[in-house]
Amino acid sequence: MKRALCALLLSMLATAGHAVDNTPALPTDALQARYRALTHELRCMQCQNESLADSNVSLAADLRLQVRELLIAGKSDAEVRDYMVMRYGEFILFRPRMNWRNSWLWSAPVILLIAGAAVAVRIIRSRLRLLASDDSSLDGFDP
Amino acid sequence: MLVELGHFSLVLAMLMSAAQAWFGLAGPALRQPQWSAVAYSAVAGQLLFVGLAAAALLHAFIGNDFSVLYVASNSNSALPTFYRIAAFWGAHEGSLLLWICVLCLWTVAVALRSHHLPRPFASRVLGVLGLVSFGFMLFTLATSNPFRRLLPAALDGRDLNPLLQDFALAVHPPILYAGYVGLSVGFAFACATLIEGRTGQDWARWMRPWTIISWAFLGCGIALGSWWAYYELGWGGYWFWDPVENASFMPWLMATALIHSLAVTDKRGLFKSWTLLLAIGAFSLSLLGTFLVRSGVLVSVHSFAADPARGVFILTFLVIMIGGALSLYAWRAPRLVSSAGFALVSRESMLLFNNILLVVATAVVFGGTLAPLIAETLGLGTLSVGPPYFSPSFMVPVLPLLALLGVGMHARWRRGGLGDARRPVLTIAALAVILGLAICLGAYASRSVLAWVGATLGCWLILSSLIDPVDRMRRKLSLPAAIVGMSMAHIGLGVFVLGVTLVETATVERDVALRAGQGVQLAGYTFTYEGGENIAGPNYNGYRGHVVVTRNGSTVAQLTPEKRNYWVQGSVMTEAGISASWTRDLFAALGEDVGAGAWSLRLQYRPLIRFIWFGALIMAIGGIVTLFDRRYAYASVASAETADATTQRATP
Repeated sequence: MKRALCALLLSMLATAGHAVDNTPALPTDALQARYRALTHELRCMQCQNESLADSNVSLAADLRLQVRELLIAGKSDAEVRDYMVMRYGEFILFRPRMNWRNSWLWSAPVILLIAGAAVAVRIIRSRLRLLASDDSSLDGFDP
Repeated sequence: MLVELGHFSLVLAMLMSAAQAWFGLAGPALRQPQWSAVAYSAVAGQLLFVGLAAAALLHAFIGNDFSVLYVASNSNSALPTFYRIAAFWGAHEGSLLLWICVLCLWTVAVALRSHHLPRPFASRVLGVLGLVSFGFMLFTLATSNPFRRLLPAALDGRDLNPLLQDFALAVHPPILYAGYVGLSVGFAFACATLIEGRTGQDWARWMRPWTIISWAFLGCGIALGSWWAYYELGWGGYWFWDPVENASFMPWLMATALIHSLAVTDKRGLFKSWTLLLAIGAFSLSLLGTFLVRSGVLVSVHSFAADPARGVFILTFLVIMIGGALSLYAWRAPRLVSSAGFALVSRESMLLFNNILLVVATAVVFGGTLAPLIAETLGLGTLSVGPPYFSPSFMVPVLPLLALLGVGMHARWRRGGLGDARRPVLTIAALAVILGLAICLGAYASRSVLAWVGATLGCWLILSSLIDPVDRMRRKLSLPAAIVGMSMAHIGLGVFVLGVTLVETATVERDVALRAGQGVQLAGYTFTYEGGENIAGPNYNGYRGHVVVTRNGSTVAQLTPEKRNYWVQGSVMTEAGISASWTRDLFAALGEDVGAGAWSLRLQYRPLIRFIWFGALIMAIGGIVTLFDRRYAYASVASAETADATTQRATP
């Protein structure tokens, strides 16, 4: 139902949804691959939660064309992203930038994992101490 | 008239749930056993009145009563009857009523199956469920009443959202809700345990089956939604890390942790307070998910004011329920101690790792989902968090989890070690590495390290899950349902991992414009567009294209992607043309008419994508199979015997 509601909200923006990219192919396969990757990690600014590649609103189509032109003009991926952020803000990036301001977000998984490991070590050490005196029965069932 | 009766029934049902909460909780507290009996009657009354309310709304839908605002907004006289029924839960108000119905059914199930529980405990469980039920009914009646009239009545309805006019999505909400709401049973058991201050571990065995069933439903519901998104949204994705999806995924992860933690508590009396906390956490996350989705806080960060009344109500409800449960926990949990010990490599330690890693995974999803909100609150500017963040971050806890799983399944309790399983486990680890390489390089010519890691883990899970059953069969030992189910669930996970890995690393897709007769090469297949024709459905008209797929000159599949225009809402939908098989899907979706007889098409080759949903299904079935274990039957007899003793202890 969550998804249903999402779909419902999507449909309220009458223009949203289900695109097939009409942008002309780029001259080389390498460029095309970069184009694909970039359009998948840039957000459609008018949609709920779609990438440029998956959206068919006209703004997304325009932005796809711009990505294409920037790539053909020899810009690097970073330059394309910077250009988009300059115009539309950080909100357009589905992959938040790895900078100081977003450090909490990017470091969270590793920090959580380390914290979890620390907790595990503590618990196991205390249980190891109890092991010698533990002679409780093991009934109940296995899995 | 019937609609008003439905409305009135819902009010009565709310009063019934209040009675259920009061008598269920106060009965044991004030030592009035007959009050507990009233709680049971209140459950029966609730079933009756919720049933009447649901029937009234259903009747309004089937009978096209467009004087009901909700029906007029979500149905149409041209809508096929099946979808008129599904339109019941097609939007906010009705889906809340569905939530209430499902909760009511769970409550009835608990009441019916409570004969082996100590009376006061069962009474308290029903009392807590009554509280949850009351909250949701109040919410529905106060902010989202599906029975509101529309005067003057509309001539015809605005139709069900065309995206929802689909079989999978019609059945997705009830199944998902069965899981979502089912977690409230575990929550109620946890609260009852804390209220009574039970210090034993018998409650863990009582709680296990309920948790497993709701977990299985939740998994099926998520998988159905994912399958639907794949073929209906028309871009071939199966998971988007969308806030709405995450809202259902987080409770699933928590419930998975809970199932495993319950195993340790049941067997060894360990992790008791942790298990209770997980039960509270899993339900909290399903409430939080509801809040996030219903309030519109997250769907778009900028539409907080979309319906603040609803958001504020759920937030208040959340604070009361969760705050109450956590206070209870803080009060009672310190009493729950255990003197059991275990070794570094033992079943207990492995399940501990399982729990920690699953909780970290939940936290990662939680953090990423809420990050836009956090960043905005802290003045760090706007932020989008999408798949490029979630996919790598999620792997941080999940890769170790999958790697440890194959060992954990065979570790022995307490003093630990792998025992006889040591040799087969090592052999299978080596075999999995080689098989992983063979699959990546041999079958898919993929040089990605990630693909190799994923394929290895998938094989590792599947093969190591087979050790136990095969060993038992060879030694002609009995094969308890618990072991079969556990192996199945883990094999399902392995199948799922294989599917995700290869879909993510070996998919080939292209967006092209083709004129009739033109073809294009994709992963060794030739997709040829052969024109199309106009079509007309009951409530739409559209265009159907024909794409013929050949390989080495012979026809493999004929795809018929459609573009439909649902005229009531004026919305255009894409129906993908898909040829499915075990090893690969061939996918074609129509874009638009680009002129001169050419259409733009999205063409995809997705290997093993069926493994994703099939794996999820095996997982869920595995969970259900464990419920047939003989020892659960023993457990209920045994606990009925000890019930009297505990009753006396519980009500001093």
